[in-house]
Amino acid sequence: MKVSMDDTDKNSEAQQSYTLGPLQSGPHCCDPRPLISVTDLSLHYGAKTALENVSLDIYQGCITALIGPSGCGKTSFLSALNRLTDMLPGCHVSGRIRFNDLDVCDPDLDVRLLRRDIGMIFQKPVPFPLSVRRNIELPLREHGMRRQAEIDAVVQQVLQDVGLWDEVKDRLNSPAQALSGGQQQRLCIARALALQPKVLLMDEPCSALDPIASGVVEDLILRLQGRYTVVIVTHNLAQARRIANYAGFLWMRERTGRLIEFGQCRQIFEAPAHALTASYVNGERG
Amino acid sequence: MSKDFLATVMIWLTALLISGFFLYLLTDMLIHGLDRLSWAYLLDAPLDAGRSGGIAPIVTATAILVLIAIIVAAPLGLATAVLLTEFTRQKSHFGRFVERSLDVLASVPSIIFGLFGNAFFCLFLGLGFSLLSGGLTLACMALPILIRSAVEGLRSAPDEYRLAAAALGMTRGAALLHLLLPTAAPALAAGLMLGIGRAGAETAALIFTSGYVDRMPESWFDSGRALSVHIYDLAMNVPGGDASAHAAALVLVLLLFTINSIAMGLTRRWQRGRIHSL
Amino acid sequence: MIWSWHNILSLSRTDSILAALLRLCALLSAAIVILILLFLISESWPVLQHVPLSRFISDASWHPAQGLYNIAPMLGATLLSSLGAVLLATPLGIASALFCHYYAPTALAIWHRRTIALLAGIPSVVYGFWGLTTLAPLIGRLHPPGVSLLTGIVVLTMMILPTVALTVDAALAGVPAAYLRGAAALGLTRWSMINGVVLPAARSGIASGIMLAAVRAIGETMAILMVAGNVVQYPDSLFASVRTLTANIALEMAYAMGDHRAALFVTGLALLAMVLLLVGFAEFFKQDAAHV
Ligand SMILES: Nc1ncnc2c1ncn2[C@@H]1O[C@H](COP(=O)(O)OP(=O)(O)OP(=O)(O)O)[C@@H](O)[C@H]1O
Ligand SMILES: [Mg+2]
Repeated sequence: MKVSMDDTDKNSEAQQSYTLGPLQSGPHCCDPRPLISVTDLSLHYGAKTALENVSLDIYQGCITALIGPSGCGKTSFLSALNRLTDMLPGCHVSGRIRFNDLDVCDPDLDVRLLRRDIGMIFQKPVPFPLSVRRNIELPLREHGMRRQAEIDAVVQQVLQDVGLWDEVKDRLNSPAQALSGGQQQRLCIARALALQPKVLLMDEPCSALDPIASGVVEDLILRLQGRYTVVIVTHNLAQARRIANYAGFLWMRERTGRLIEFGQCRQIFEAPAHALTASYVNGERG
Repeated sequence: MSKDFLATVMIWLTALLISGFFLYLLTDMLIHGLDRLSWAYLLDAPLDAGRSGGIAPIVTATAILVLIAIIVAAPLGLATAVLLTEFTRQKSHFGRFVERSLDVLASVPSIIFGLFGNAFFCLFLGLGFSLLSGGLTLACMALPILIRSAVEGLRSAPDEYRLAAAALGMTRGAALLHLLLPTAAPALAAGLMLGIGRAGAETAALIFTSGYVDRMPESWFDSGRALSVHIYDLAMNVPGGDASAHAAALVLVLLLFTINSIAMGLTRRWQRGRIHSL
Repeated sequence: MIWSWHNILSLSRTDSILAALLRLCALLSAAIVILILLFLISESWPVLQHVPLSRFISDASWHPAQGLYNIAPMLGATLLSSLGAVLLATPLGIASALFCHYYAPTALAIWHRRTIALLAGIPSVVYGFWGLTTLAPLIGRLHPPGVSLLTGIVVLTMMILPTVALTVDAALAGVPAAYLRGAAALGLTRWSMINGVVLPAARSGIASGIMLAAVRAIGETMAILMVAGNVVQYPDSLFASVRTLTANIALEMAYAMGDHRAALFVTGLALLAMVLLLVGFAEFFKQDAAHV
């Protein structure tokens, strides 16, 4: 079962597509309302401005794609949403980000809880140098899950969700770094899902993978739709077009990233309001 | 052309000279040292100011000194290294201050450590001439080595682990414990070995902190004689002690070679591991 | 699924507790240098109070029992022996590093590096003992007594050679391969490539290596103590016995009392000052290297 992709307007038909898919983890969220709203976000690395005045809403249960040329600040934008920017030296964020009535930029916020609710997948798969099982178990234990039976159940469930269970069920205790690239990336997704996040940020999750593995991950992301809110950065315009409900286009102007246009995916690709967007999605620039 | 040739000859000669010197030193020590070396030599107490008998209490004292030094310096060094790499920005004033003072500490001559140990541990803290004073002095000396290697090991642990762990909501402490320290483990172990080597080789810092007494130490408040101090004493103050000194020197050098080889092996393994994980 | 929320919050707090603990440890590590300086000064204070610094170089001789504190001959001996050792070890060390990088086949280079590393690990007391039993008699045959400035210089050279060789080795490794390719493309001979391109490119690394070696030479105690003869005098030839600052401390600390002991700590301060000066220079060269 797969989300049918020939919906003319994915959002108006969201109600139906959300219930599809054999996914077991994650709650249903069939109500496309803004889950994250970003207002006037600016992001600086030291004296360099990477992003300026970005405002957009991320809708619950939808897949939002961010497209744009290299260096326009897409990764930086994702990092701001789960406060991973705290880890980057010299990075300074201003503006407002609200997540579920929570002020993300609040310095007193417990970022660990925030990051549990907003998971992140990186461009290069980052399996920890542990066994497959320990990769998923470690964050679970860190978040206070102690009972082994419970942990094993979660491990199996999330591995099934990412379609990895059959491939690795006999080698749960072998090193995760021995898996293939595509398997590693799915393991990373499983690891994030195990924490039951509300949002998944994906930074070019397919770009380090071959077309087959990339297709598998893409199918997986589609199945997340409706259960999780997904923000995905991709350089693959066709992929964005295939899977996203909403799309945002970022562009470098005066060496600073700006959001040029944001809207429903179909509108961005078929009837862009902005000339820059039109030339980018038609492959004329960028 | 002739200049090039001359340089080639000179450089090969230098290399030959160094290797030749090394082999000469080694065979010289083996020939003289093996005369006296035996199990009895290792297991007996020294007699007649060390001219005859063995070195058992001296080896014991050396081991205790090194052990104290490492037990004190390793946690302190690891903590400092972790602070420098994981909990301070590289340009922070505090981090720079700590690094700068460790650089200075690394270049302080060992005799100065001896003076300091005598004034601070023996007299000021009232520990007297004891293994504890000597061990603590050695700890101060080994600290910069341990910190430097630990910092290097941690800095080369991939940043992706830190980011991915943070993105999963793990604490820095957990990322450190489960991911970064295991990744840096060979580097930490190599540093530990280097520190042990440095502490085991030391003489000048021990003469007036742990003392000369060559009896078997009964506690760490006893004075004790390190192997290197034993060699020095036999060579300088005991006429007719040369044969014994040769044997002790051989024991010390063999011990240090073993330790340094382990350190080198670990470093090599660590570097290979890094290349593979890239 | 049960999440213990309390646990999460407290874990987050452990991070800040951990940070505080680590800061304390780091502070302690950094404080050692300051403690050393503090105790050297406080122990030398008794004599510094009533003996002006100038007398440490203008007194008639070094007889602490009679209140005469001239350390100038020992200062001279330290400087001469270190200078000699650095002058000898520098070309040897550079040649050894060049050998590893540009002359030796790979396998040989590996062995050579290992040899150097093992040489670096031999304790100074063993070098001293070897110098005393093997080298000093040889030099004594040339010109008695054998324990002399020259013996000291030779033994010190052996000891600091690995330091020079290893640091220059690292500096050479940092020379960009593009320089070499550029030089090779010009058809230069190996030596003109090294002389014209490699050594200039690595010069700040080499300079800081020499500084570090000098620091070791100045601070070396046991080896020089065992082979240099320990007579307090200005050497009139390479074969004269000399006593360095470090040897003086090691020899007299055992029985020194009162002002004598304090004077030895002054000697220690002088030694430390010299070393810090050199480290400062080395730092300067290192920063220079960073700018290039
Ligand atoms: N840690 C950092 N320190 C300083 N500058 C940074 C840092 N990370 C990113 N930048 C700069 O910020 C800008 C945006 O970078 P970012 O990685 O967000 O771009 P991106 O859109 O993700 O690019 P790509 O498509 O290549 O991944 C770039 O100009 C980059 O040089
Ligand atoms: Mg990016």
